[in-house]
Amino acid sequence: MDLRLGAEQPTEEERSAVDGEVGSGERHRLLPVLHALQSRIGWISPGAVNHVAARLMIPPAEVFGVASFYGMFSLEPRPARAAQVCDDIACLIQGAAPQHPHVGCLGLCDRWGQPPALHAGRLLYRVGKADPASLRDYIRHAGYKALAKALEMGPDSVIREVLASKLLGRGGAAFPAGKKWQAVRASASPTRYVVCNADESEPGTFKDRVVMEGDPFAVIESMTIAGFAIGAECGYLYVRGEYPLAAERLTHAIHEARAHGVLGGNILGRGLSFDIELRRGAGAYICGEETALFNSIEGYRGEPRNKPPYPTEAGLFGQPTLVNNVETLINVPGIVLDGGAAYAAIGTAYSTGTKLYCLSGHVARSGVYEAVFGATLRELIEMAGGVAGSGRLQAVLLGGAAGAFVSPQELDTPLTFEGTRAIGASLGSAVVMLFDDTVDLKKILLRIAAFFREESCGQCVPCRIGTVRQEELLDRGGQDAIPILREVGQAMRDASICGLGQTASSAIESALNRGLLHE
Amino acid sequence: MVDPRRTSSAQWARAWLGLHVGSDISLANAMGREIIVSGLAHREFIEHATSGFDPYRDAVAAYTLERAERDTGVPAAAIREAAHAYAKAGRAQICWTLGITEHHNAVDNVLALLNLALLTGHVGRYGSGLNPLRGQNNVQGGGDMGALPDRLPGFQHLENGELRAKFERAWGAAIPPRRGWHLSAMFEAMERGELTALYVIGENPADSEADRHRALRLLEGLQCLVVQDLFLTRTAEMADVVLPAAAGWCESEGTVTSSERRVQRVRRAVGPPPGVRDDIEIIYDLARRLGHDWGAPDAEGLWNELRRLSPMHAGMSYARLEQLGGIQWPCWDESHPGELYLHSRLWHDPLIGPRAPFSVVEFQPPVDTLDDQYPIRLTTGRRLDSYNTGVQTSRYASPLRRAETLDLSPHDGVRYGIADGEKVRISSRRGSVVAPVRYDPGLRPGLAFLTVHFAEEVATNELTVDAICPKSGTSEFKATAIRIDKFQEN
Amino acid sequence: MSDSPSPLIPIPRGPLPAIPPPPERRLVRIAIDGQAVSVPEGATLLEAARGIGIDTPTLCYLENLTPVNVCRVCVVELEGSRTLVPACSRKVEPGMSIHTDSERVRLSRRLVLELLASSVDLSAAPAAQAYLERYAAHPERFGPAASTAAQPVKIDNSLYVRDYGKCILCYKCVEACGVDAQNTFAIAVAGRGFEAHISTEYGVPLPESACVYCGNCIGVCPTGALMFKSEFDMRQARVWDESSQTQTDTICPYCGVGCTLTVHAQDGRIVKVTSPLDQPVTNGHLCIKGRFGWQFVETITSDTSPPTPRVAP
Repeated sequence: MDLRLGAEQPTEEERSAVDGEVGSGERHRLLPVLHALQSRIGWISPGAVNHVAARLMIPPAEVFGVASFYGMFSLEPRPARAAQVCDDIACLIQGAAPQHPHVGCLGLCDRWGQPPALHAGRLLYRVGKADPASLRDYIRHAGYKALAKALEMGPDSVIREVLASKLLGRGGAAFPAGKKWQAVRASASPTRYVVCNADESEPGTFKDRVVMEGDPFAVIESMTIAGFAIGAECGYLYVRGEYPLAAERLTHAIHEARAHGVLGGNILGRGLSFDIELRRGAGAYICGEETALFNSIEGYRGEPRNKPPYPTEAGLFGQPTLVNNVETLINVPGIVLDGGAAYAAIGTAYSTGTKLYCLSGHVARSGVYEAVFGATLRELIEMAGGVAGSGRLQAVLLGGAAGAFVSPQELDTPLTFEGTRAIGASLGSAVVMLFDDTVDLKKILLRIAAFFREESCGQCVPCRIGTVRQEELLDRGGQDAIPILREVGQAMRDASICGLGQTASSAIESALNRGLLHE
Repeated sequence: MVDPRRTSSAQWARAWLGLHVGSDISLANAMGREIIVSGLAHREFIEHATSGFDPYRDAVAAYTLERAERDTGVPAAAIREAAHAYAKAGRAQICWTLGITEHHNAVDNVLALLNLALLTGHVGRYGSGLNPLRGQNNVQGGGDMGALPDRLPGFQHLENGELRAKFERAWGAAIPPRRGWHLSAMFEAMERGELTALYVIGENPADSEADRHRALRLLEGLQCLVVQDLFLTRTAEMADVVLPAAAGWCESEGTVTSSERRVQRVRRAVGPPPGVRDDIEIIYDLARRLGHDWGAPDAEGLWNELRRLSPMHAGMSYARLEQLGGIQWPCWDESHPGELYLHSRLWHDPLIGPRAPFSVVEFQPPVDTLDDQYPIRLTTGRRLDSYNTGVQTSRYASPLRRAETLDLSPHDGVRYGIADGEKVRISSRRGSVVAPVRYDPGLRPGLAFLTVHFAEEVATNELTVDAICPKSGTSEFKATAIRIDKFQEN
Repeated sequence: MSDSPSPLIPIPRGPLPAIPPPPERRLVRIAIDGQAVSVPEGATLLEAARGIGIDTPTLCYLENLTPVNVCRVCVVELEGSRTLVPACSRKVEPGMSIHTDSERVRLSRRLVLELLASSVDLSAAPAAQAYLERYAAHPERFGPAASTAAQPVKIDNSLYVRDYGKCILCYKCVEACGVDAQNTFAIAVAGRGFEAHISTEYGVPLPESACVYCGNCIGVCPTGALMFKSEFDMRQARVWDESSQTQTDTICPYCGVGCTLTVHAQDGRIVKVTSPLDQPVTNGHLCIKGRFGWQFVETITSDTSPPTPRVAP
């Protein structure tokens, strides 16, 4: 490529920050390089962009385009450390002052009031018990038994068990995990990837953070089993940029696992080769969308791709790719150890296994709760000590900003994929956020609308402008605004490229449908 | 990519072979030898369609990779890699521009490349071939129309009596039976006093000829100089008669022929300024004054006359050119689609026509040799936004344009103690000019670069050598020996 | 080359050269608005619909660029699909049943047009204007306080201006500057969401960027956000009159590539140069000389003074 660079030169510090992260010198090193600049220098300067461009052979306009995509990167001088005060909905109702610009949910909604609660079942039993920094401790708590068994079984048997378990993806779309595994396994391409989507960014969601911080080896082992099953040698673990502790613990876990022969070349002496590269997001909700996540890893703007082709055909670097989120993956060791049929016996016929829920808002004990599929919303709230605040429940936000508000009359809904669908809601990212009757729901809806406006990647018209108009119409209020709001919502749902735009009106419409929005 | 300079295109290339200016034959012969010794030559094609392979093989035997590395400065491994890549490619083309042809051995340079195509069979097939990339929109068309010393329209040889007779019958006039002069020969004839009158159409030799000092002297010595041009160019300023002409591409009707032999229609979009006339009108009028009434000037009528006389253009009616968006010659009749590539006959069994000959060519370094006094090799070329002597391009305000600079390797800047931007005197064995230096990391040490776009400020052709390729008449614009000295303002 | 007339001139005729035939494309049967059609495998829904005369609106689509499917005005209803699908990029699959003019389709198209027209200036986008009418769009219903992309025009060079208040972010200019034509990458999309915009690095003026002024971005811009300085000045002076202009196809006067130029002339003077998308040589893309280097023919001024006579500079 013929690069034309501007005149600005990098400082020595900038040069060193970039050169330390350039690695193979390919475009996919861009995000780590920008992180290095941001954390060491505090901002990304024109001189630094020129140096990045020259080292990675990326036109400076594109480096700028990528850097300006992410909320965590500053393109103006700013101190290297800046405090962020979350003003997203869970914090807003606890009295957090609105910030300008807004600070999106940091996934710490369980920290209000008291130590976060943890209700563990078959998935979380190691969290808080095993030392997350110790591979030895992980193994002592039944770690790596599943990988060893998987190697005995062979890839096809592993996939057979995952299929038999009827495990549905926990990322929100509830796609059968085994079918994805099978599709990638069957691909003709010799290069495949495993991607663990740990970009948990849905407001009110923090369960994957608790897993990554508390049981990082489980994520590593699960990815390794997936890699073995689908025939991948390389996995990417894309961790939300706002989760530094999770990234640190996972990085440590990856090093430990490599050092002990359970990751890298010749795993467990069985000739299996699989390694994991951890990537940190940089403040973009959209990168949780799987194809946006691929673009982000590859060093492009985190704009979703059009589907088809689906990731199982052409995903990361254009190769067949298995993408699962953290919670989906950590179900796998149990399935391998107990067998798919045993797993499928848990929960309901359609929604098998256990589920992690994020309880927050006006609830007595906020935290992560693991429950067998089929428990009702009421039971879950009771597990968490009931409604706090005024004690009088106004509404529950189920599934996150892209989810739906449900009314107190709907608390006996069984929490399953099919049960929530029946009431026009979804489990989404398993947010269960309670609002007492003192909360001005319109403020909450406006904050949700602002969230989508800020997090829209801007690529497609319905979402880029629709999210703006949605917020304006909501703010404007009045009966004449409602039909327009609904039309904007329908166009976003029908015509947006990806799930962000398609669900950006979901919570607002659910509130309208249930008469929760009082004008 | 083979280029002495690491140009923008070179930066896109898989590999860049930055050879010494004028060492092309050594490179090509070494590639030929490498292809032969590696068993990559296309034996069937060579036997079927070529002649002279054995002498070629014997001649290139001396061009080992090591020797070529010495001649060209390109690492032997890179030459080997290029040879293998070219020979093994399913389809391969060789494209070249004036870096091959503006040399004292221009034709030999081209023949050395033709040899490679014959050796590998990369000719006469889809996606393969040899492509001289034309620098002007109608340089191909000019040749097609017989603007060559030895050709009539359609490349029909002037010295072939039968062909000449065909034209004489059509035109009702005798055609001199011997070839004329090419441009360089014309200047030689001026020097000898044999050429005393010159009619220049759309050319600016006062700025564009190599060894400008000599060119100006000879033009000034003419008894009569007529210039037909859009502008009052430097050459036109010297003329006895200036004939203001319309812009061929937008003020008149006709055709041009592109690099890919595609004959395309140009059309009148606007009228010329008052007092300015179409080239055809001027020539018709001239004929009338000389006693020949050709009737009313008519571009399509003239074109149809060409179609009657030039078999390769016969099928290209204006209607078809319009309909097909241009036609690539040859186009033998009105049912013929034109030809996407040439020389398909070489693959036909049995072979149609004569065999394609290999040519034995030897490396001859540039005429203007480097020595202690003139240690730097100057080469010339264009910049993206400008064109030739700048007659057209100086009239739009390009944000890319910067005044002439002597582009120099930063290494040489340091070596000669010349700062980036510093003005220097540039001297060759023929003349000298003054220009600021611009460091260009795309230039290797020992290589410098100038354009001819700004002759008013920096008359580059004061420096260039009028060493001529005897076969094509082209001057060696690409290889001048220069010296740079610090410039003292008086 | 010998001195005797070569027997090779003229060249003896060989077999007619031909492009090797492309691999056979299987026909795929689909239904469009209830009509059964067979289209070649790999074709898009847009091609299939156009093939049977259905006029599907497009803004970000152009024949000589890779579809980016971002404007969403071409969406159609695909039976069995939860969402509408973009016709410009979605490839046909056997058995698909498509509706190109259903209520859902019309609503999304109308909303897309309303969202655009309420946020950017479409006054120089005749195609978009026609769509607004066709879909009975009422962008004004978002109210006078609706946010817009209005901003000052960027005039930082003598050849073209950038009026991003007219930009619908169709990505065409980025594609034309990048891999689809020029491979210069002077511009990219920067920022995010409603703040997303086309930019050089740090928004530096074009003369400080990698821009090579090929103007291929102008050639693909559907809204007049990118405009010849000559056109911009004449519009400012209110002397731009498209109805009185002639368009004549000819060939570029510069190099030997042979690009077709469409010369736009008003009152006998060239006012701008474009290139047809279907020209076989470069598919409508040009370089700085072809697109802007015509001014030697005459000097354009925004007033009504006669052309400057042609004399050497």
